[in-house]
Amino acid sequence: MSTTAPENTPAVASKSAAAIDRAKAAGRAALVAYLPAGYPDVQSTIDAGIAMAQNGADLIEIGIPYSDPVMDGAVIQAATVEALAKGFRVESVFDVVAGITAATDAAVLVMTYWNPVMRMGVDEFSRRLAEAGGAGLITPDLIPDEAAEWFAASDKYGLDRVFLVAPSSTPERVAMTVEASRGFIYAVSIMGVTGARDSVSSAAEAVVAAAHKAGAERVCVGLGVSRPEHVREIAAYADGVIVGTALVAALRDGGVPAVAALTKELATGFAPAVAGGTAATA
Amino acid sequence: MGSTPAASSQAEGSHGDIKSENPAERTSETATVDAFLAGGRAEAGRAEGAPASLKHAPGPYFGSYGGRWMPESLIAALDELEDTFEKAKVDPEFLAEVAELNKNYSGRPSLLTEAKRFSAHAGGARIFLKREDLNHTGSHKINNVLGQALLAKRMGKTRVIAETGAGQHGVASATAAALLGLECVVYMGAEDCRRQALNVARMQLLGATVVPVTNGSQTLKDAINDALRDWVANVDTTHYLLGTAAGAHPFPALVRFFHEVIGEEARGQILAQTGRLPDAVCACIGGGSNAIGIFHGFLDDPEVKIYGFEAGGDGVETGRHAATITLGRPGVLHGARSYLMQDEDGQTIESHSISAGLDYPGVGPEHSYLSDIGRVSYEPITDAEAMEAFRLLCRTEGIIPAIESSHALAGAIKVGQRLTEGKENPEDVIVVVNLSGRGDKDVETAADWFGMLDEDGNVKGTTLSTRAHKGPAAHSEDAQA
Repeated sequence: MSTTAPENTPAVASKSAAAIDRAKAAGRAALVAYLPAGYPDVQSTIDAGIAMAQNGADLIEIGIPYSDPVMDGAVIQAATVEALAKGFRVESVFDVVAGITAATDAAVLVMTYWNPVMRMGVDEFSRRLAEAGGAGLITPDLIPDEAAEWFAASDKYGLDRVFLVAPSSTPERVAMTVEASRGFIYAVSIMGVTGARDSVSSAAEAVVAAAHKAGAERVCVGLGVSRPEHVREIAAYADGVIVGTALVAALRDGGVPAVAALTKELATGFAPAVAGGTAATA
Repeated sequence: MGSTPAASSQAEGSHGDIKSENPAERTSETATVDAFLAGGRAEAGRAEGAPASLKHAPGPYFGSYGGRWMPESLIAALDELEDTFEKAKVDPEFLAEVAELNKNYSGRPSLLTEAKRFSAHAGGARIFLKREDLNHTGSHKINNVLGQALLAKRMGKTRVIAETGAGQHGVASATAAALLGLECVVYMGAEDCRRQALNVARMQLLGATVVPVTNGSQTLKDAINDALRDWVANVDTTHYLLGTAAGAHPFPALVRFFHEVIGEEARGQILAQTGRLPDAVCACIGGGSNAIGIFHGFLDDPEVKIYGFEAGGDGVETGRHAATITLGRPGVLHGARSYLMQDEDGQTIESHSISAGLDYPGVGPEHSYLSDIGRVSYEPITDAEAMEAFRLLCRTEGIIPAIESSHALAGAIKVGQRLTEGKENPEDVIVVVNLSGRGDKDVETAADWFGMLDEDGNVKGTTLSTRAHKGPAAHSEDAQA
């Protein structure tokens, strides 16, 4: 069942890689900021996405609310359940992507469980995502072994395919996943689901090292990252830092202004630590 | 592939029976199977690689179904499980351990009982019940949990987690964990906890922790979601003891392996009791583990018609049902590609059935394959039809069946009537039904259905309460985080 990326994939200009490289050129890691589409409504997602891009996010990750989000913790699931209850439709994600890409330079990826893509048709979904200006897909429950259709469609429409590697991934699987990915590798920091945690698992650094060793040029770390000090810690060894749950909670509690403020605060994690600087709030 | 189900929602409901009763169509179905079993397609070398025998299909794919649509975090655990299982199933010591537990703990072989009075309601066909209800813990579920608990020990895991719908798999898992000294946590939809409170208490008595799941529809699919979340976080110490022949590879083939004993016994028993193979075999389908177990014994016998009965709920035309193969379309859920009840956006549709054990919007991938190739016919049975069969078996045979199994009984009534139609000697028709579980857990639901309870839930004319206060949020649409 092993299917790997075709050897001679035509070179596709990766929007995600370009965004990470711009951050790199500025001497820092990239900030990847997540929000689910349609929470609390589609226009708010666009506004919040733009606000994140204007306040330090280099890549925006837009999640598609799904009925069975097995990799998500309580905060994100509560948000996506609410979006679905309000009648969110999958095709609205293209409006969100178009709305953000029209107003910012950020690379905009879609994070989705696989069944909604399969239901629309992998090719059709990819075509519409590319048309909306999207950079690609992050696929938490699609592994390269099952991704033949997605390889074809992502090559056809020039989209990034971001697969995950985990602390439990064997060296063989890391190598296979690195080869299959385009844009960046999503390193899962911990064996668990999304959600803010007090500290970043020590497993994260090893996962990133394994991916780099396997040839990955860009590796971003997600799961449990919520504070500037996490950002600083991860930026020391990874190419990007992914924040989700903390931003969703900010949107829930304080709307778009709170998302903008948190993004700005998270980005301070990239600045050299200064004595008496950001004292962490518990 | 994929011509069987009506793909587009419920529009076809007005035609009455979804599956055709047209004899010509049935014949062509049979012809396909005959060609298939004769190996007619084996040489063609198609990508789907249809084998000459349908037995012991190893996965990961069954036609285009199955596979591993799972988070990367769990792939290593699935690989470890697959490796352990592949070694165990050819290890005489392991097989002896399973056989010993089956015999001296579960009480196998289970009986094959002829239901002589019930048969009058099935056109006079001879009906034989495979008595999985007599197993320890009261259903077929024990076959799988003992095998998987032994595998968990082989992997050095100290903790098992399980999902449960009706509670039968949860009780069986708690039982196996107690027997083998493993910690056990069972995820159960809050709605199901209310419907099956007795089984919650049973699991607790056996030392398991029961976690009520309040997400989504609060039923089986949501319990599986939470079990998967637990597994991702605790995979080093924990084996996910999946209860049905669904999920990511190797689960469908692995769960079937431990249930194949049902079909093997049934085939031998019917030959011994009647001297020939049955005309039909019937089972109920939720995820489909009891069904795949009994079907397996007869898959390579082309003269045996095989029927799977899905939960038709209020009727497939109402949209409130769990008839996944009848009305679903292929998708991925919980790790496998299979038929799935989903809306136009690929969101899972909540299923409905009076039977908690069949109330699942997915189905095991091998069933999807067997449907597509026409080897097994899948049909819906409504709540009302199932409960009528439940009543009949109680009154004619002195056996209280599980409501899940009552779907198979209702299906057997239809099949028996069909196959005996116009026959001078209806008793020449033989039907084997998998009586997958006993109905003790369903007494409250049945008493309610048959109007035996007063407004307070007491058995009429007594102060015997069958239930705790009914939760106010039984049909709440809110999901709390």
